[in-house]
Amino acid sequence: MNPALAVLCLFFAIAVGLGLLARRGRDMNLEQWSVGGRGFGSMFVFLLMAGEIYTTFTFLGGSGWAYGKGAPAFYILCYGAIAYSLSYFLLPVIWRYAQPRRLVSQADFFIAKYDSPALGLLVSAVGVAALVPYLVLQLKGLGIIVSEASYGSISPSTAIWTGTVALIGYVVVSGVRGSAWTAALKDVMILAVVVAIGVYLPLHFYGSYSAMFHAVERAKPGFLTLPAAGMSSVWLISTVLLTALGFFMWPQYFASVYTARDDDVFRKNAVLLPLYQLVILFVFFAGFAAILVVPGLKGSDADLSLLRMSKQAFGPWPVGLIGAAGLLTALVPGSMILITAATIIAQNIYRPAARAATERNVSLVARAMVPVIALVSALMALHGGQAIVALLLMGYNFVTQLFPAVMLCLGERPKISAAAAFAGILAGELVVAAMTIAGASIATLAPSAPQFLKDMNVGIVALGVNIIVTAGAALAAPRAKVTIIAIE
Amino acid sequence: MRGYHALALLPAIGLLAGVPFANRLEPYVFGLPFLLFWIVAWVLATSAIMGVIWMLDHRQK
Repeated sequence: MNPALAVLCLFFAIAVGLGLLARRGRDMNLEQWSVGGRGFGSMFVFLLMAGEIYTTFTFLGGSGWAYGKGAPAFYILCYGAIAYSLSYFLLPVIWRYAQPRRLVSQADFFIAKYDSPALGLLVSAVGVAALVPYLVLQLKGLGIIVSEASYGSISPSTAIWTGTVALIGYVVVSGVRGSAWTAALKDVMILAVVVAIGVYLPLHFYGSYSAMFHAVERAKPGFLTLPAAGMSSVWLISTVLLTALGFFMWPQYFASVYTARDDDVFRKNAVLLPLYQLVILFVFFAGFAAILVVPGLKGSDADLSLLRMSKQAFGPWPVGLIGAAGLLTALVPGSMILITAATIIAQNIYRPAARAATERNVSLVARAMVPVIALVSALMALHGGQAIVALLLMGYNFVTQLFPAVMLCLGERPKISAAAAFAGILAGELVVAAMTIAGASIATLAPSAPQFLKDMNVGIVALGVNIIVTAGAALAAPRAKVTIIAIE
Repeated sequence: MRGYHALALLPAIGLLAGVPFANRLEPYVFGLPFLLFWIVAWVLATSAIMGVIWMLDHRQK
């Protein structure tokens, strides 16, 4: 066994062991399993939120974008800061509403606020449709990381199957506690590894950051600023705005709000998480350093730049450590996504459908859904091809459509009816789906529009339609209700 | 909501409205191209700003 593979196996075993131990003799009802019995302090919530936010996309995609696209990659550093400043005010309000009502899913929040099970079903469907591609992406990333870092001795498909089985195991046993414990290991690893490679590699290959950026600019003039057209300033601003608004609308982030013991946790995190975000800066440094060290990686191969350069600079031991950190960036968010999707299906689809369901039934269904979702995702990761990238883009735009309805119900009573919220979300989702399938952009929708409009992220159109339909429905029928016969 | 909570809008202004003006290579600051420096500075400032708001909120209680 090569040393890199030994290190990978060791950390994999530690992660799975921690995930299983996290249960520690607790009786796992749904509230314990999904939201940790609402007993997490600042530290655990910080670990969970940081753990969910730094995914394989940060690790592979962050360096891949810096390597392949240059300055447009900076958007990844921007949206978190804006989302965190918003979270200081938004998350305590959500938590204070959810806590006494014992909510466990994002859909629960909509059902309770708008008094509408139908809206809950819509939000559940949106959530699952957005979560599955996200899990698929984590598994794909896991396959790439493990096969690269093991010098090819483990194939991506073996890595994906092994990872999936381990995820199923510790998620079923420990629920969100397993995620929190493995997140602790992951955060230490990723901080150490990313800062080490982001500091060492540029200095090793170029002598200084300044020399590195000057060399990149000489090799690719204009690479370090945003272009005048295409991924321009307007593109960056519209993309950052959409992603910042959608950030806490992801069902797994929304549900991690429920795990907190008190509401000051979120205010402290709003101070700390932007600093932690600088991890991404070091990922960028690695991506930029790779441009002249491992040139010629095209398209999605750009995502391999960080690992390829590391293999050139280090021996198998450190490469194994880097691979282990990457492995954890797939497992931790993967476990949260899995718990959230299974909770939504059990709590918001199974429970209303089976009227006689007891707490115990719902809890069992949630756990039974884990292997189902995980296996479907693993199959999609192995056979899904490029379609999955389109699905993920769709996922981000999907969850962003929930933002207006959340903002409009934060007060004592919702400002709009459930029907208006339902119509707005549905209209927004249909526009997202149609545009993603058609591969539309503003340039294709309106070829004669001025350049700054063409550069705008097309998600703005869907959000605009959503807001207009919501406002229209709210004015036309202020007290309308949505009903689904089977439920009410 | 209190008056100083408006400070929380600054990160969005710096990172959204500021970008077209900061979209330049020179001058390099701490070895970083100017646009990247601008964004990193605002991420750090976000933490500081939210820290100040948190302290003011706690003093009020």
